[in-house]
Amino acid sequence: MANSRRISQIILAAVIILFAVSWIIKYFALQNEGVDTWFSIRDAFFITFAAFLTLAIMSFLYKDNPYYKFAEHLFVGVSAAYWMCVGFWSTFVGNFIPKVSHTLARFFEVPPKDIEITYFIPLILGIMLLLRLSSKIGWVSRWSLAFIVGTTAGLNLIRYLRTDFISQVSNTFIPLLVDWGGVGPFFSSFSLSASGQFVMSLANWMIFIGVFSGLIYFFFSKEHKGFFGGASKVGIWVLMITFGASFGYTVMGRVSLLVGRLTFLFQDWLGLIS
Amino acid sequence: MSNIGLIISALLIVGGLLWLLIRSLTGREVERRVIFIFIGLAVAVPLLFNITFSEKATPIVKGIFDKIENLPEGSKILVSFDYGPSMAPEVEPMSNAFVRHALAKNHKLYIMGLWATGQSLAASAIENVIKPEFPNKVNGVDYINIGYKAGNQGVLNVIITDFRKLYATDVDGVNLDSVEIFHGIKSLKDMDLLISVGGGFPGIKEWVLFAADPGNIPLAGGSAAVSTPLLYPYYPRQLIGLLGGIKGAAEYESELKKTYPDRFGDMPTPGIKMMGPQTLAHMVVMAFIVIGNLSFFFAKRKRK
Repeated sequence: MANSRRISQIILAAVIILFAVSWIIKYFALQNEGVDTWFSIRDAFFITFAAFLTLAIMSFLYKDNPYYKFAEHLFVGVSAAYWMCVGFWSTFVGNFIPKVSHTLARFFEVPPKDIEITYFIPLILGIMLLLRLSSKIGWVSRWSLAFIVGTTAGLNLIRYLRTDFISQVSNTFIPLLVDWGGVGPFFSSFSLSASGQFVMSLANWMIFIGVFSGLIYFFFSKEHKGFFGGASKVGIWVLMITFGASFGYTVMGRVSLLVGRLTFLFQDWLGLIS
Repeated sequence: MSNIGLIISALLIVGGLLWLLIRSLTGREVERRVIFIFIGLAVAVPLLFNITFSEKATPIVKGIFDKIENLPEGSKILVSFDYGPSMAPEVEPMSNAFVRHALAKNHKLYIMGLWATGQSLAASAIENVIKPEFPNKVNGVDYINIGYKAGNQGVLNVIITDFRKLYATDVDGVNLDSVEIFHGIKSLKDMDLLISVGGGFPGIKEWVLFAADPGNIPLAGGSAAVSTPLLYPYYPRQLIGLLGGIKGAAEYESELKKTYPDRFGDMPTPGIKMMGPQTLAHMVVMAFIVIGNLSFFFAKRKRK
């Protein structure tokens, strides 16, 4: 126990020393670039601190540790505060104040608008939502919540029905032979280009087979045997390929984030790349 | 330098993978931290040696490029920054490329965000791209940042009929009625093209649902790779094009450089630069899958 505490203290001392050394070296590097003294001290600190936070988060790959926890908690706290501040200035001050009080609008230096009494309704609903913090009258917040849920459900129902259902069904009605002018013209203008007739037709066939077999796979009112069973198996393959594509994209996304952080470390912090 | 880097990367990775293969075939466990080191090396080495590959725009990317290219000068393009710093390395190259292209074609640029963090990142695009690269473009005349409003898809539901019901001022507190770029603009329907760059909620999907479809306005998207497969079904009828992850950004950058070699020949191309580490990291992941399966079947045969 005492040994592990000592190791932790040594690691902490090493981190502090490395941080200080990095700050000083970065300060001189910025000075050499002609940056003003005060800005050099400030920027060197922020770059070093950002590098420390990046490495602290990455240290989780080794195992959970206090530096990771510190960076994680700092991130959550700063994010919450940022969203709250931006929300306050852009929505509360930007939208609400000018339409409920000209005095407050002048105080916050936003252009006043015609007073709209209806804007007091969201104010009341907002206050009711905050009452959730009280154990005695917390139930009042359910009214606001019910309003939010009801409005969102109503809005989404209509839009999803049109865009994600009707339009998507319509998008599936595609020509299986794109720009078909007969066998002769098809072979005479045959091309493997992505926008060529053959590839476009093949893509449409893939969509048709994928949608058809995928729907059959999820149709459980008939036993999956014979032609139905075969089509269902194709449906599984289509689903598996889709999941594989999703996984591939996820890998690409995560690698991009890693590249982003390593670029920061190599370029802004260590100055190894330009 | 690039060739030396490629050789060093290949030697490191191939040698390491062979070691992994032998180790796993002999039945010894490979710790997960070894996998992390491999991915780290596969990304770091090409980055240090600046290994890049050539990119060519695919039709889904070209669709957006051609749309911006063919719009008449002075057309109104709205770019929504619907992302935060956690997504920025992947989608920031896209938003920067869209901004560059739109301003180079002398279109009017309207910037907003459905994410609070998008407001700051849009300001950063103005500081780092618009002001240094387009010094003759004037805020309020050629471009404007109207910022973020809370309400997710509700924001779109309002501004599809009237911007001013939600946006009284731009981010600097200037009344929208007094800025030239907003003269004659009532709602999203007055825009010639909408572009959403993001990858979460609210994002491109909400733009399709609440703006492009009901308003019949052309919409393009730049999406983080994780959300891209879910957005493909909207192409080409509900989305005119889509940049999927950093690959999409790299393709767009290469198209910009190819079309405008004088203007954008020396522009920063983070998307293209990221494709070197991407390619090697993907090869390593594929090798892991092959090694994992080989050792599985080998162990199975051994048990029999």
